[in-house]
Amino acid sequence: MSNNTITYLLGNHAIAQAISQCSTDVVAGYPGTPSSEIIEFLAAMKPDCHIEWSVNEKAAMEVAIGASWAGGRSVVTMKHVGLNVASDPFMTLAYSGTRGGMIIISADDPGCHSSQNEQDNRRYAAFAQIPCLDPAVPQEAYDMVFYAFEFSEKFNMPVMLRPTTRVCHGKSNIKLRTSAPVHHEIGFQKIPSRWVMLPAHARLRHQDLINKQQEMMQELGLSKWNDLDIIEGAKIGIIASGVASVYTKECLKKFNTKASFLKISTYPPPVELIKELLGSVDKVLVIEEMEPIVEDVVRSISNSISNKEIEIHGKDIIPGYGELNVSIIASCMASSGFTDNQEEADIVDKTSIELPNRPPVMCPGCPHRATYYAMKKAFGKDAVFPGDIGCYTLGIQMETMDTCLCMGASITIATGIYHAGETKPICCSIGDSTFLHTGIPGLLNAVYNNADITVAILDNRTTAMTGHQPNPGTGQTVMGDATYMVSLEDIATSCGVQFVKVIDPFNVESTIEIFNKAKEHKGTSVVISKQECIITARRRGIKPRPFEVDIDKCNGCRMCIKFGCPAIQFADAQVEGEKGYAHISNLCAGCGVCASICPFDAIKEVC
Amino acid sequence: MIEFDLVIVGVGGQGAILSSDIVGLAAVNSGVPVQASETHGMAQRGGSVENHVRIGLTYGSLIPKRQADCILGLEPVEALRAVDYLSSGGVIVVNTNPILPITALSGACEYPDVDMMINELRNYCKELVAVDANSIAKQAGHPLTANVVMIGALSKFIPLSVEKLEESIRRLVPPKTVDVNIEAFRLGRLQ
Repeated sequence: MSNNTITYLLGNHAIAQAISQCSTDVVAGYPGTPSSEIIEFLAAMKPDCHIEWSVNEKAAMEVAIGASWAGGRSVVTMKHVGLNVASDPFMTLAYSGTRGGMIIISADDPGCHSSQNEQDNRRYAAFAQIPCLDPAVPQEAYDMVFYAFEFSEKFNMPVMLRPTTRVCHGKSNIKLRTSAPVHHEIGFQKIPSRWVMLPAHARLRHQDLINKQQEMMQELGLSKWNDLDIIEGAKIGIIASGVASVYTKECLKKFNTKASFLKISTYPPPVELIKELLGSVDKVLVIEEMEPIVEDVVRSISNSISNKEIEIHGKDIIPGYGELNVSIIASCMASSGFTDNQEEADIVDKTSIELPNRPPVMCPGCPHRATYYAMKKAFGKDAVFPGDIGCYTLGIQMETMDTCLCMGASITIATGIYHAGETKPICCSIGDSTFLHTGIPGLLNAVYNNADITVAILDNRTTAMTGHQPNPGTGQTVMGDATYMVSLEDIATSCGVQFVKVIDPFNVESTIEIFNKAKEHKGTSVVISKQECIITARRRGIKPRPFEVDIDKCNGCRMCIKFGCPAIQFADAQVEGEKGYAHISNLCAGCGVCASICPFDAIKEVC
Repeated sequence: MIEFDLVIVGVGGQGAILSSDIVGLAAVNSGVPVQASETHGMAQRGGSVENHVRIGLTYGSLIPKRQADCILGLEPVEALRAVDYLSSGGVIVVNTNPILPITALSGACEYPDVDMMINELRNYCKELVAVDANSIAKQAGHPLTANVVMIGALSKFIPLSVEKLEESIRRLVPPKTVDVNIEAFRLGRLQ
């Protein structure tokens, strides 16, 4: 595919394509929206390199670091919050530096489309003092991979590529480059002063890192990712970064605003270009999503220009939260006098018809719904239900998700709630992949410190929310190869848990019974609720018979409606004064849980 | 160069991404640049989805409010939810078949009357095409082709040739379903 052809690709697909063209030796990552498709597309291409889903982002980062130190090119992928997990190796890696080119892909999510926060990882790059590239469109993300490897190898530094959701999940025409495969000589070299971060080495490496900054900044400043367009006579300057730069350009064209324009996509920001712009204008607006990173640099440069007073605006006008778009930028520019055009300032014109919300829901036949039903029956609605991150976070609709903070936090937060003196029963839930990601230390900690809590591991045999990636519990690698299938039961037992039971949540009665026993058990108990995700089961051709309601038996009690399955709805009575009845639609996946719930035996398998 | 901003809305699982892919790929194969944006992740579990396809535009993939040339609504509530994207001279192509959200199924809120919503949509556009895509899809041979029926109905308004759109459909749908999808597209075009 690599012969200057134009193709139509998802941003993440374009990044994967570039990684495969760069003769990368090792790619590791942990799934997380909006980053997951990079490794999935790459695995489907079957390039000549090692690709893995690691158990968490810290493991993935360290695998990529090892590969680089052995002389290979490596990439690690994760979502923005994944970098929090990987921040320990990340921060010190900046001291050690790299040998083979290394790219850290942090897919940020302004707007929290699929995330618990919208942190701006350009801050992390600045914190670690490593360069960061912030693509505006998918084509740039593709091209930046090639540049990042070359830059990394020139400076022996890791480079962060930080696409946001709009770039990862944007699709556009991509012009592919030609590239020839390159062989990297692999061989770990013993360089203790770089790879062994003893205090004596670390002090020197920190100095070296600081000394490199100027040269790296100059090189980045000269790159084509930044673009300064001075308009003669313009007194207004607009600076916009990454994805905000294309929205801003569209606004300027629409308004026909006479303004000089600087687009920034590299960090640290290009000081010389900013100086040049400030030298030609009286008033500047900095437009960037999230944090005022460019703005802070612009203000500090402006303060150092002693012979000129420049009016600078940024986060006083542009929101520091949420995703930006043309409409927001247009209205901000209009309200702050950066354009005379007021037409965009107030365009909200919604219908007066009240529209029902459409939140995402657990699928019909989802085993999590069955587990939560039994959990709530056994523990009661007043119990405390700490939770975790995955499809099962949608358990909030069943009132069995009282907390959701970060990956793996369910067990540890449950432990803290217990030790604070909470006397209500505590049952936390965590998915199989999340348990293997960061849940295990939490479980070990709970047992070690005598926490009287129940841990439900919702084992649906996949990493579902991010698109059904395999994990160590599934016995399969990202390449589809067979590997050792780790037993969650054995892990729990090895952590010292004295009560470990495996249940099938579709067997409602016995699931409630086991949850009751777990509740009574003194100490940490583990219930592994094992039932395959309905989506993967269907893909494997498993199609149980659907269920139907016998309306002669249905009492209209709505017990099944309360179960919250999208396949069950309530039909009002045909005759006034009579009770309505439940109806099961063709969305039914045949889990049969509603049949167990019905007190009138009115739900039966379709014959 | 031709410029055309299209917003595609629907419910996770309806094939909104396939719909935008058919249009986007047809544009690229016609030599026209495209910037598109898709909903992935959390919202796919039966939630609202919103895709933007910008034909002939080289800026960002998000369409500004009041600027879309067309809204393709795979579901009536979702079409109405997105109506503030439409420009005053815009077109709406909408599937009249409702999908009840869990909030309506549980009785927490009411699903609005479809005819009332279609009438409301008419207030926002120059032209509206209401399509019973589910019935037409069955007629074409498979209920899952409703999204391709909708692309057929849309095809009269977008600046791309029927040949290029059909070529995209052939490339993007599962090989065994090409014929039924092409039939769905052609029946949709008659709407």
